[in-house]
Amino acid sequence: MATFNVHVTIENKPGISDPEGETILNDLVLKGTHSAISKIKTAKMLKFTIKEKDKKSAKTKVQEICDELRIYNPMVSKVIIDVFDA
Amino acid sequence: MKVGVIVFPGSNCDRDMYHVLTDVFKLDAEYFWHEKGLPKNIDAVILPGGFSYGDRLRSGAIAAHSPIISDVRKMAEKGIPILGVCNGFQILVEAGLLPGALLKNTSLNFMCKWTNLIVENNNTPFTNKLKLHQQIPIPIANGEGRYYVDNETLKKLKKKNQIVFRYSEVVNGSTDRIAGVCNEDGNVVGMMPHPERATESEINPIDNKPSSLIFESLIKTIGVKN
Repeated sequence: MATFNVHVTIENKPGISDPEGETILNDLVLKGTHSAISKIKTAKMLKFTIKEKDKKSAKTKVQEICDELRIYNPMVSKVIIDVFDA
Repeated sequence: MKVGVIVFPGSNCDRDMYHVLTDVFKLDAEYFWHEKGLPKNIDAVILPGGFSYGDRLRSGAIAAHSPIISDVRKMAEKGIPILGVCNGFQILVEAGLLPGALLKNTSLNFMCKWTNLIVENNNTPFTNKLKLHQQIPIPIANGEGRYYVDNETLKKLKKKNQIVFRYSEVVNGSTDRIAGVCNEDGNVVGMMPHPERATESEINPIDNKPSSLIFESLIKTIGVKN
């Protein structure tokens, strides 16, 4: 068994408005000189530390936890799971 | 006849609800802590407003896994009237007892103001004494009150008459101005505005009668002589 850090990013599905991201873009970033930026999305990240045999099973396990405990509301959100060596 | 008021860590409208049930409408009510079960002789259940678990993760998401929710689920299946107000609505949604999601208001602000509701379904245990399209002056107090459903679910809600209340005007960006919905059977109702803050003339500067009819509907449903 090895230890992995699993980052779970909870973000809005496409089409769900993100007023916080829009405000950061329009009222902060674009008011500076950063006109190359076209979109900012906010998200929430949970960092799990988990013992599993490999990266694949660590990812599967965390995905199962997210689904079972409704860590995200599937009506509006999706999760992106990234696994790193601890 | 007994109404159960569930108390979660962080509930803060439980006492207002209990006061309205007992002092205003003379109902027999009892508090139930979320870690315990509900007795079988409960005739209606109310999940009050507040900030259960400090809105951690997102409003209602953690309380939706409290032990008492499995009993609420059983009672919902039996057809017992269940009302979720504000955070109670968020908990019912997160528990999957009502469809949709409650997102941050478009303004990103906590909104505390009087709104005007329109009754869209007067066949629920909490609206059967109201007239269809009757208006209800009522306050909201929430940060995550923007009701969202996708188009497919919205069509289903309309078809099955699950939209119970709409705001009379755009308040917070809710899909189709929805302020309250029910399950397919109609016995589980959730609403963001606070009827317990609107039933007494002393604290309702507009008209306390329409909000009172929400509780009088419950009395009619569970058969209590008032």
